[in-house]
Amino acid sequence: MGTDPGTLAASVRSPDERDPAWPGRVTWLLASLVVLWPLLVLTEFRPWAMLDARSLHATARFLAGFAPPALDADFLRTVAQQTWRTVAIATAGVSLALLLAAPLALISTAALSISSLSGRMATLPFVVRQAARGLMVALRTVPELVWALVFVRVVGLGPTSGVLAIGLTYGGMLGKVFAEIMESSDAHPTRTLLTNGGGRLQAFFYGLLPQAAPELTSYTIYRWECAIRSSVVLGFVGAGGLGQQMASSLSMLAGNEVATMLLVFIGLVSLADGASAWLRGLLR
Amino acid sequence: MFRSTHDGAPAASPAIVASKAAGLSVRLERVSVRYPGTPHTRAALDDVELRIEEGEHVAVVGPSGAGKTTLLHVAAAALRASAGRVLLDGQEPWALGSHGRRQLRQRLFLAPQVPPLPPRQRVVTAVLAGRLPAMSLASSLRSLLYPLDIGAAHQALQPFDLDGHLFDRVDRLSGGERQRVSLARALLSPARLWLLDEPLSALDPVRAARALQTVRQRASQRGITLVVSMHQVEMALAHFPRLIGVRAGKLRFDSPPSQVSREQLRSLYVHEESPSEATDPMPEEASEVTAVPMVWR
Repeated sequence: MGTDPGTLAASVRSPDERDPAWPGRVTWLLASLVVLWPLLVLTEFRPWAMLDARSLHATARFLAGFAPPALDADFLRTVAQQTWRTVAIATAGVSLALLLAAPLALISTAALSISSLSGRMATLPFVVRQAARGLMVALRTVPELVWALVFVRVVGLGPTSGVLAIGLTYGGMLGKVFAEIMESSDAHPTRTLLTNGGGRLQAFFYGLLPQAAPELTSYTIYRWECAIRSSVVLGFVGAGGLGQQMASSLSMLAGNEVATMLLVFIGLVSLADGASAWLRGLLR
Repeated sequence: MFRSTHDGAPAASPAIVASKAAGLSVRLERVSVRYPGTPHTRAALDDVELRIEEGEHVAVVGPSGAGKTTLLHVAAAALRASAGRVLLDGQEPWALGSHGRRQLRQRLFLAPQVPPLPPRQRVVTAVLAGRLPAMSLASSLRSLLYPLDIGAAHQALQPFDLDGHLFDRVDRLSGGERQRVSLARALLSPARLWLLDEPLSALDPVRAARALQTVRQRASQRGITLVVSMHQVEMALAHFPRLIGVRAGKLRFDSPPSQVSREQLRSLYVHEESPSEATDPMPEEASEVTAVPMVWR
């Protein structure tokens, strides 16, 4: 029938037909707006300032220095070398992070809790899980830049400090997200294996991993991509790779060299993107 | 069909022809279960007293929401009773330490109503997962690399007509096929007590009868205690030496099928008329037949 839905909702419906979750939903929506507005004011968020004529001019002048990209053979050879080093730093860093993250995620995830099969998690397992989570919080709270500054003093200038810095920070990030991916995949197969007397690791490999593998893979590759970017920042403090090269080009105001390296970065990131899509397809 | 070399190779599967050992006994003493946070305060199980001896085969029947699943989960030590005592083989699972409880759980097999199979897993892996409690971590990992006992998986699938699907992925199977994979997994488990929660719900009558026959036959060969919940009352009457009727969290009858009366079954399944249904222009309770569920009319 052609009844106006508005009047229907307001007057015709009996109390039984009203969505009981509606008041709560409205409250949360309004509350988040109330919180968000002062935050925008506090951060002086004024995007229209970008369209101001003076800022546009300054931006254009800065960007004009980037064209054309530097393409002389010597420079390209250096870039190729440093690119390889950057890829190596990112890969070694993420591998180290995985070594940290895998056990921490397995310890901290509630998806493999045997005691919570029947109600609440027992005290000791809860404490152990919280401790593992606390360790991961500490690892990822310290920015990789700070870790790198620490390690540059310990192991000297060079890629090693970059690898260690990425390994520690990303270990904390990967571990947290791995644990959460496991918690959000279907618990039924895992729980059944556990109730039938299987071990936690058996339940992980036979119940959880087959479901979570694509998500775990794509997040790891995304983190590799982040590690590539992060190695640039680390290069600025002497941790080697393309970043170090970019720091020196920037300090010499060689915009076209910077442009070349940015193009290489775009290439690397799209490579990671493609690899992720391909692997997800394989695991589907 | 699978390669014929594996057909009829008894040596390939020591688990299937395992030595005859005693089943596990189940005892519930005044067990009640209440789920926390449920709006209605009715207990899912209400003061249930039950004894199932070693090697017994029991069917649990009753309408949806009667407490059949809760009963099976309590007996599987998957759910802790709010009151009362559960004894499995004379041991109280919740009085044991976590290690002891795990050892006890290794001796029972609960097949939940929804087949617990990861969609991306292959059938062979899903079936062999039934053996995990008897396997070390190292050999279970090795089995992921290359299935350790393909012959056993094949033999377990054969009575359920699934041996052709050995290397298919679970998500390629229909609901009924998944249910049968879950049953094949039971055949490989080292458990002494099988608790099957509505294992026939997605099977056609012929397949259901065959699957039930296979499960019962294997269980008696190995002396395993078998508890099956089901909606097919006719089939339960025909196949099981003991029937338990559950309604509203209480046991309504517990006897051999010959002693279960039509009247008992009808009162087990009859719908309580709510006031709005009672004023229905066509009251259905007038007809005697409609009070009897479809499956055994």
